[in-house]
Amino acid sequence: MAQPLEIQKKQYKKLVDEIKPRPPLIRNTLGAFIFGGLIALIGQFLLSFFQGQGLSVNDAGTATSATLIFLAALFTGLGIYDEIAKYGGAGTIVPITGFANSMVSPAMEYRTEGLVLGVGARLFTIAGPVLVFGIFSAWLVALLYYFFR
Amino acid sequence: MIFLKAFVVGGLFCVVAQLLMDLTTHKVTPAHILVGYVVGGVVLSAFGLYQPLIDWAGAGATVPITGFGHLLAQGTIQGVGQKGILGAFSGGLAAAATGITAAVIFGYLAAIFFKPKG
Repeated sequence: MAQPLEIQKKQYKKLVDEIKPRPPLIRNTLGAFIFGGLIALIGQFLLSFFQGQGLSVNDAGTATSATLIFLAALFTGLGIYDEIAKYGGAGTIVPITGFANSMVSPAMEYRTEGLVLGVGARLFTIAGPVLVFGIFSAWLVALLYYFFR
Repeated sequence: MIFLKAFVVGGLFCVVAQLLMDLTTHKVTPAHILVGYVVGGVVLSAFGLYQPLIDWAGAGATVPITGFGHLLAQGTIQGVGQKGILGAFSGGLAAAATGITAAVIFGYLAAIFFKPKG
């Protein structure tokens, strides 16, 4: 007699986990380190440049973010960012450029669904959750600070 | 020297994320990494741990998305200092306005101008 569906599913998952190729850990980690480091290094060059132009530390920081976001949007549009991501892994996700990439990629993909529900909505497929949890946790921190400072 | 520190610290942030994705049995997607890192940045910033890292590693700490969380947290905390409870609502987005606006503008333009490959 066949086993109940739940157990079959569990067995199947176990089998898949065993057969599934393990991620090449060292290569992935090295890729993440090098590409994540390089993007931060580019950021540092920009930061130093903007500070050299007489911008305050904070203004130079926001100018750097905006520039990196522009570059990431451009390279995503050209199809280059996703090529780099194959080698960079998390190194291309964690920097602010990865955030920009996560906005442009789905928006471009779903362009055919129109400007509102395609581009407009899909820009926030991943940015939406990031803003929700970021804004909520920062608000919570400030609330605690207000009551317990 | 600041360039080397930026490279190493920026790289290490990404190594941790890569290990989270490769070594855990849960399905950790890029979306989970980004959300977790932003909230992580908020928490580190709230405990006053993130600013020293920025002072030490510069863009190595501001370029990872945790820096965005730091910006949000410092914005709301400073907002509370200036306007009380109202500042908890306004300070975060005010501090992060440039980044968010840049992402929306450049993201929208890129999605309009370019066609996906394949």
